[in-house]
Amino acid sequence: MISLNNVHKSYVTGNSPLHVLKGIDLEIGRGEFVSIMGSSGSGKSTLLNILGILDNYEEGSYYLNGTLIRDMSEKKAAKLRNDLLGFVFQSFNLISFKNAMENVALPLYYQGVNRKKRNKIALEYLEKMGLLQWATHMPNELSGGQKQRVAIARSLITRPKIIVADEPTGALDTTTSYEVMDILKEINEDGITVVIVTHEHDIAAMTHKIVRLKDGVISEIIKNGDLKEWKHQYRKELEIA
Amino acid sequence: MFDLDLWKEIISALKKNRLRSFMTAFGVFWGIFMLIIMSGAGKALENGIMDGIKSFATNSAFFWTERTSKPHKGFQRGRNWNYENSDMEYIKAHINDVEYLSPRLFGPNTYSGDNTIRDEKSGAFNITGDYPDYFKIDPWTPVKGRLLNEIDILQNRKVCIIGKRVEEVLFEKEEDPIGEYIKINGVYFQVVGVVHPETRITFNGGQKNEAIMIPFSTMQRTYNMGDVVHFFSVTSQSGVPVSGLENRLKELLKARHHVAPDDMQAIGSFNLEVEYIKYKGLFSGIQILTWIVGIGTLLAGVIGVSNIMMVIIRERTQEIGIQRAIGATPGKVMLHIVTESVFLTVMAGYVGLTLGVGLLELLNMALESGGDEIFFRRPEISFKMAVSALTVLVFSGIFAGFIPARRAVRIKPIDAIREEKT
Repeated sequence: MISLNNVHKSYVTGNSPLHVLKGIDLEIGRGEFVSIMGSSGSGKSTLLNILGILDNYEEGSYYLNGTLIRDMSEKKAAKLRNDLLGFVFQSFNLISFKNAMENVALPLYYQGVNRKKRNKIALEYLEKMGLLQWATHMPNELSGGQKQRVAIARSLITRPKIIVADEPTGALDTTTSYEVMDILKEINEDGITVVIVTHEHDIAAMTHKIVRLKDGVISEIIKNGDLKEWKHQYRKELEIA
Repeated sequence: MFDLDLWKEIISALKKNRLRSFMTAFGVFWGIFMLIIMSGAGKALENGIMDGIKSFATNSAFFWTERTSKPHKGFQRGRNWNYENSDMEYIKAHINDVEYLSPRLFGPNTYSGDNTIRDEKSGAFNITGDYPDYFKIDPWTPVKGRLLNEIDILQNRKVCIIGKRVEEVLFEKEEDPIGEYIKINGVYFQVVGVVHPETRITFNGGQKNEAIMIPFSTMQRTYNMGDVVHFFSVTSQSGVPVSGLENRLKELLKARHHVAPDDMQAIGSFNLEVEYIKYKGLFSGIQILTWIVGIGTLLAGVIGVSNIMMVIIRERTQEIGIQRAIGATPGKVMLHIVTESVFLTVMAGYVGLTLGVGLLELLNMALESGGDEIFFRRPEISFKMAVSALTVLVFSGIFAGFIPARRAVRIKPIDAIREEKT
């Protein structure tokens, strides 16, 4: 599904380029539930953005669903994003002047689906999220958890193959975070690949695979089974620090 | 294709910033408003002046005499002289390029008090002796009765036609002046017409509605003027430039009256063709100026729109980023921004256009009631003008939206989304 091969990425800030990703090799298969972790500045968001075709890279190769993603025109990238990917953001990023239903329906609008049909589909997805009675509410009338669920519904409406979530629980309290994670788990169980970036270990622990980034390279990949041991090790690291 | 979502988005974006949208739109509104008002006012001035001369024969020239400024053939400089009936006959007989010729005499002067009396009423009016041909050069319409005719001239009839003001002064409201007698400088004349001038051009000052016209021949005879002609008007045959005719007639008259050929002062003359061209130039100048100023003002408004669109883009960077992330193509984003800009511009412009035209209409109504002595008439803009103003608006809207739109799509979706976090 996702195949990264020696991917490099640097940002130019001022005069000196900042080398963020220093050769990433990563395979994510169909139906996996993966979290990317790392301290700030480790390049985890950058990696996610490259995965989401929101950002480009300088070196290496990235195959998404068998297509090489490289030097793509914005139009083509937009189409791929619309077809294959669903995005969930930390700050929800709902359009403030559209109600919940319209927000969910928006990706279909860009696919050229007519209004009636896309609103009907949007309502179905809101129902799945348990938000049917909130369909006509504006984002500022919803709680954080509700907003994130609307955002997830929006990411799902195009039936993407991959959901890319950037700190989906970063702005939520623990209870709501777990609710959101439950939803993402359900989505994953339906066969959709889910990749999330997080810095919360309990959240990461709910995924099947943890990719740990450190200084622009993958320091370790932990399968779910090894998690307990890894937690132990991490705690030790903390104590030393 | 009508895209409801696009429009919903635009309306809500504009609503969200009511005051700012209004202020921005005001720039454009003001530009187009000024353009319409100025253009209408320019047109009104043109109408006012052109109405005053339009029915006047533009191929006409006018001649009078002045004191000579050069000695010639034994005559000293400073000689007073006059045209004579024989000059008129000579010109009629020998100069084929002349279409109409109408000699005129100015009656007893009006500065020394009332020259016209009817019973106990009296007034000072401009009395002239004219030929019927004069009305072919400077048209008058009879409001009551008739104009002067050839038979009046042939029979030296003591008849007169009077202007509106003369009627008001000498007659009661309910009286019919036709057939009544008035005493002009001691001689009775029968009123045969009340006349209204179609143009406002006058030669010896004075109001045209204070005119009394009597047959030329009657004036010469009744007031013992011999065969003197004070003034005459000619028009050229069609296709003959009147300026050339004017010069030829001047040479001829100088030769007949022993005036030095190079005496620039002895013959006073004036031709309308030259004046007409001057006016035409003046008005196209005014129209050009109007457009320059109007377009300038409009441009300032458009730059305002462009500027505000820039701000809107900056504010909406995140939103645009989200839209891009969930599949909006750059084309779609650009279309949105340009449509918004065009919408704002055209709406504002349309209001400006409507109010501008409305104001001109009100002005027109006010002016209509002011009679026809005003040099400012029928402020209006042509349909062509309105259409071109709207076209300019649409294009300036596109222009105003295009630069911000280009900037908006150049922002990477990721930068746009990240914006809020930093």
